[in-house]
Amino acid sequence: MTLVGWVQVLVFFALIVAVTKPLGVFMHRVFETGEAPLGRFLGRIENSIYKLFGVDPKREQDWKEYCFALLAFSALGVLVTYGIERLQGHLPFNPQHFPGVPQELAFNTAGSFVTNTNWQSYSGESTMSYLTQMAGLAWHNFTSAASGIAVALCLARGFTRRGGPAGPKTLGNFWVDLNRSILYVLLPLSFLFALVLVSQGVIQNLKPYLDVTTLEGAKQTLTLGPVASQEAIKQLGTNGGGFFNANAAHPFENPTPFTNLISLFLIFAIPAGLTYTYGRMAKDSKQGWILFAAMSFLFFAGLVVCYHAEAGGNSAFAGLPLQQTLGNMEGKEARFGVAASTLYATVTTDASCGAVNAMHDSFTALGGLVPLVNIELSEVVFGGVGAGLYGMLIFVVLSVFIAGLMVGRTPEYLGKKVEAKDIQLATLYILVFPIIILGFAAWAAVSAMGVSSLNNNGAHGLSEILYAFSSAAGNNGSAFAGLNANTPFWNIALGISMLAGRFLMIVPALGIAGAMVAKKVVAPSLGTFPTNGPLFAFLLVSVILIVGALTFFPALSLGPIVDHFQSLQGKVF
Amino acid sequence: MRKELLIALRATVVTLLLTGLLYPLATTGAAELLFSERANGSLARGDTGQVVGSELIGQVFATPPYLQGRPSAAGNGYDPTASSGSNLGPTSKKLRDRAIADVARLRKENPDAPMPIPDDLVTASASGLDPELSPEAALWQAPRIARARGVAEDRIRAVIENRTEARDLGFLGEPRVNVLEVNLTLDQQFGKPHPAGPTAAAGTR
Repeated sequence: MTLVGWVQVLVFFALIVAVTKPLGVFMHRVFETGEAPLGRFLGRIENSIYKLFGVDPKREQDWKEYCFALLAFSALGVLVTYGIERLQGHLPFNPQHFPGVPQELAFNTAGSFVTNTNWQSYSGESTMSYLTQMAGLAWHNFTSAASGIAVALCLARGFTRRGGPAGPKTLGNFWVDLNRSILYVLLPLSFLFALVLVSQGVIQNLKPYLDVTTLEGAKQTLTLGPVASQEAIKQLGTNGGGFFNANAAHPFENPTPFTNLISLFLIFAIPAGLTYTYGRMAKDSKQGWILFAAMSFLFFAGLVVCYHAEAGGNSAFAGLPLQQTLGNMEGKEARFGVAASTLYATVTTDASCGAVNAMHDSFTALGGLVPLVNIELSEVVFGGVGAGLYGMLIFVVLSVFIAGLMVGRTPEYLGKKVEAKDIQLATLYILVFPIIILGFAAWAAVSAMGVSSLNNNGAHGLSEILYAFSSAAGNNGSAFAGLNANTPFWNIALGISMLAGRFLMIVPALGIAGAMVAKKVVAPSLGTFPTNGPLFAFLLVSVILIVGALTFFPALSLGPIVDHFQSLQGKVF
Repeated sequence: MRKELLIALRATVVTLLLTGLLYPLATTGAAELLFSERANGSLARGDTGQVVGSELIGQVFATPPYLQGRPSAAGNGYDPTASSGSNLGPTSKKLRDRAIADVARLRKENPDAPMPIPDDLVTASASGLDPELSPEAALWQAPRIARARGVAEDRIRAVIENRTEARDLGFLGEPRVNVLEVNLTLDQQFGKPHPAGPTAAAGTR
């Protein structure tokens, strides 16, 4: 590890701290005040969009209506993207004349982008037309991110609205939250940052690939396309789906260490800002900052381990006359080096982004363990846009419950009692995740359909399987990419994991919101456990770590941990 | 419920047109207007103005007079239509064998270069298209380039040092050298090497 490497980390983190409040305040204005925060012109566009939708923005929905709207919109999204992929051969913006995408892959990809996962079983540059990239995929980068924000808002309103049993049981209007997050947050920032990225070398055009003759006289085909517009929203919406197979390691997606910093900033900006928005909704900004603090602790803990492991070099080269002062450079780009690569790997898996600027499969065993653990902690470390906040709030409910058990009182949060039904829903939310991951991973590990896709032998092969299902169920989308996931078994199994990992978790989260919103508000008493102090942050972090460790430690010990000890002995398979 | 489904359908169409078409097309227009050269791939040109690649995309250099880039797992080497890393992990025999072979090749091709070898010369990048090298790895090749071109090693080192880029803003990423830019400068200053042609470039790594 180097000093300059840590300066890079700290500058990045300082930018996130700096943006949290202003962006949080802005999003509070967007979602909770009904104002037109970016001037009357956009306000007029907003209203015409409601007319086109055919909705009355004044009418609020209860949790079931809200949930139905979200599910219906997502289901249509799967169908439309599936259709565009299958038909791309007959549609415009296809200068490379790519044929329609095969069925299983089209299903996997549609599910992947609707769920904000952006797992990619395909190579963009040899599979997807520009139309599919723009209208089939980047479209979902907006809508799935907006849906995540909507769910987080819904849950936050459930906790923070103070109507009591006599008040309304509604939680907002899905179509309003969707429209406003796209129009006021995602679109303007994406447009702005897309142009910043282009100025640094990210490409943006609709031209066919270009054949050139290299200096040594060989032929090279340069791939082109509308990359920057997708890159900006892919980071901002924590989607992570690359235009190209190599994702943000590709020089046309992420040409310089400066664009790398911008990408990292975009990934964490909204999730960090939402913690402040939440504090403002709770009328106690400390409630938000305490979540921010817990997240920051877990962020740095993961980063230190990952950076330290990668800086130590690659054991596969032990004994060779190599100077490994740069650290483990297999699967990393020269311009980023170990510091910027491990920072990216930590950020992209803390948030459920899944973009990569280095190949996690080639990380050292412990370096690769960190991204995997980050995902398996349910991506609550800032997390996906919206998804991070609502995931964290579920853990808050659980922590409050455990604290209540310890002192023998009915737990309460923000003045609302947490009761049996809420805990059942929270437990369901927590359990869905390991059931998908461990269930499918076990199946894949013992079936020929599963193991025939592996790129690495030995314990590292199990890590590839575990990572794939964790990434899919966690809606992350990064990969130990040696695994050949473009087979019917993997496409279907991962497709199901992604859909289950998104919607089977959103429904209980919205259920909790519905149960919470109309609860009686009790004044804090001496026996109330304060949820805005360091003690609570400590408890919250402990609960996250304990739940994660109890669930996944046995599996991890057979994968990355065995891999680590074998690599220490210099074993290769 | 039918009403909600109808709303969902209309919202699908409207958001798709807005974010899936209008946004990328508007971005393309603005990019073309403001940063046309960047938006179209930062193309690099040779002495007669012909396009020889992109500044940002690495290409295969296998002959002694040229600075050579890192091993590439993209297709048969630096194939932009198949960007990829090797994805081989720390306990992979394939990775170890590949490194042993690369070390042997590098020692044979660079008899005058010092040991040990900088590790970016035997590790495959993440994209397979990495256009750059660490300054150490570039300077390490100077003796071979100097001999093949028949010029003093100092002059080759000067070109490389001239072309070395510091960390962005002084603290972001790593210092680096763009391989294609160095080779264009070498050709410009010392002339095109002979023989150069497709046969020399056939090596795939």
